[in-house]
Amino acid sequence: MSGGLAELFERTRAESRGALVGYLPAGYPTVERSKELLAATIDAGADLVEVGVPYSDPVMDGPTIQAAADAALKAGFRLKHLFEVVESVASRGGRAVVMTYWNPVHRYGVDAFARDLAAAGGLGLITPDLTPDEAGDWLAASETHGLDRIFLVAPSSSEERIALTARASSGFVYATAVMGVTGARDSVGASAADLVRRTREHTDLPIGVGLGVRSGDQAAEVASFADAVIVGSALVSRAGEGVPAVRELAAELAEGVRRPAVPA
Amino acid sequence: MTENPSDKAGSDTPRDTRDEANGHDPDERGHFGPYGGRFLPEALMSALDELSAEYDKARLDPEFTDEFDRLLSGYAGRPSLLTEAPRFAEHAGGARIFLKREDLNHTGSHKINNVLGQALLTKRMGKKRVIAETGAGQHGVATATACALLDLECVVYMGEVDTQRQALNVARMRLLGAEVVPVTTGSRTLKDAINEALRDWVTNVDTTHYLLGTAAGAHPFPVMVRNFHKVIGEEARRQILELTGRLPDAVAACVGGGSNAIGIFHGFIDDPDVRLVGLEPGGKGLDSGEHGATLTKGTPGTLHGALSYLLQDEDGQTIEAYSISAGLDYPGVGPEHSWLKDSGRAEYRAVTDAEAMDAFQLLSRTEGIIPAIESAHALAGALALGRELGPDAHILVNLSGRGDKDVDTAARYFKLVEDV
Repeated sequence: MSGGLAELFERTRAESRGALVGYLPAGYPTVERSKELLAATIDAGADLVEVGVPYSDPVMDGPTIQAAADAALKAGFRLKHLFEVVESVASRGGRAVVMTYWNPVHRYGVDAFARDLAAAGGLGLITPDLTPDEAGDWLAASETHGLDRIFLVAPSSSEERIALTARASSGFVYATAVMGVTGARDSVGASAADLVRRTREHTDLPIGVGLGVRSGDQAAEVASFADAVIVGSALVSRAGEGVPAVRELAAELAEGVRRPAVPA
Repeated sequence: MTENPSDKAGSDTPRDTRDEANGHDPDERGHFGPYGGRFLPEALMSALDELSAEYDKARLDPEFTDEFDRLLSGYAGRPSLLTEAPRFAEHAGGARIFLKREDLNHTGSHKINNVLGQALLTKRMGKKRVIAETGAGQHGVATATACALLDLECVVYMGEVDTQRQALNVARMRLLGAEVVPVTTGSRTLKDAINEALRDWVTNVDTTHYLLGTAAGAHPFPVMVRNFHKVIGEEARRQILELTGRLPDAVAACVGGGSNAIGIFHGFIDDPDVRLVGLEPGGKGLDSGEHGATLTKGTPGTLHGALSYLLQDEDGQTIEAYSISAGLDYPGVGPEHSWLKDSGRAEYRAVTDAEAMDAFQLLSRTEGIIPAIESAHALAGALALGRELGPDAHILVNLSGRGDKDVDTAARYFKLVEDV
């Protein structure tokens, strides 16, 4: 447990609001610009950023994040830049976790990756294609280096798998709102609330909901039943337009998670 | 290999009664040694569990196995022939060469074995929609065929580059009633078609089966696809014993994802004196950087659901494969091959485009059989093995597919007609 995430959720729970988690890929559109975009996201009110690792084969991502990953790789993103980007967030007092497909971590060396992420000030990893079943090395490395392990649950997960996933997780549990890939949607759907309810039966960890949120209204809706609202593709779309566009959306979302909860 | 699997059928624990319970199955979670497993999003885990459970039941259920056997014999045309190739073998140092004629199966390759098995399983699971990836179009055509036969909706993802290179196969799939979706992401080839099929699956998993075309991917695909293709090796072993009275010295098969190779290898895996040789696409040469020799030049990594050898850079980004053969043009490989390489039971070598095309032309001219360019890699490997092993050697080659689909490529390569 990194401590950083526990502290964050203690505060948002005390303030009776949801946490806002913003996703942006490292190196998009360039390494330096991605640092500015992450900084703007935090300054506009995000409580935590997910720094994405651009990857050649992102099977859980929709067109927006795929295109950003391609652009980042074409612009010369290398894994060493990831730690530099995380460090830029941490050094100005922001909180960052990394979201990455497993192969870059496997290739780098699981323990070495955890060591370098911790040294850069990162708090943990979100692993979209690594489930606890295959995570032996990562469980060990995260313990050694004091990092949080954020695994995913899905509407299709059985009770047994939700329990298994929640037991292996720390920091928070990532609930994927819908069956599908990343991408902004008009409606996040009832399946998200149901999944959060089912997951709470197995854990006291905070639960973040991602996949599809793009507006302040949706953020408010999700914050009414989840501990964190995770926004990716909508921010990445804005990242293509520049820092002011990202700042504007992050501010709208930050206002959304702070709205008083209304009964659904 | 147990000669009579039914000897074991008295046990109370179903898992132990399988004829595969001979040390070659992966562990419960799909690991062949350190390789295999499941590296896919949690959203797909329930579908993979369902598939594993259904397959474990089906493989022991005579209703399923009889229906599968009936389709293999009455529809696909099995058993396929074993043909000796004496004029071709004159170029192999005098060794005798035998061809397992998967090219004679319905749809023209070994692919039909696996698609019939998985399509039957799809029906059994009560799913009505099938998705598949295809590179050259062979697996897509086979899948569209099985879906037409068994009344299943079929969607095939194909890289846009490949839809242009293989326009006739696109037409074939559409004739068979399948929807073909050109994939415009990434490198627009096979690897990206698999990515797109996985994205569809994660979205539609309740109604849809992903009919993966090779013995790769997440558990249970590698073991399931292998078992649907094991019939190749079982027939070949019986046929070559009948014909020659002894086992071959070596079995040669091409390896892209590795399904035809794993199918024929498994007929001989418990015969330690039979060398199992996989031939990978060496493309323009191993030092050129343009090849698909995953086992020869790759390193272990995760792609498309399994840990296996992989063509990747220092950061774990996938490196594009290259081969003149679209069916071998894949940067990954099935996890059991990785295990057979590390354990030493099988060996893997690379065959360049030029060597494969020489063998392609040689077989055409000496035996009147136009092979798939994929299979021509195995033929080239057999020529080299024959010269190494000497005139007394017997070499079995898996002729995994026919070359009709490759006539365009060959015409260009050999400049057989003007303006192509």
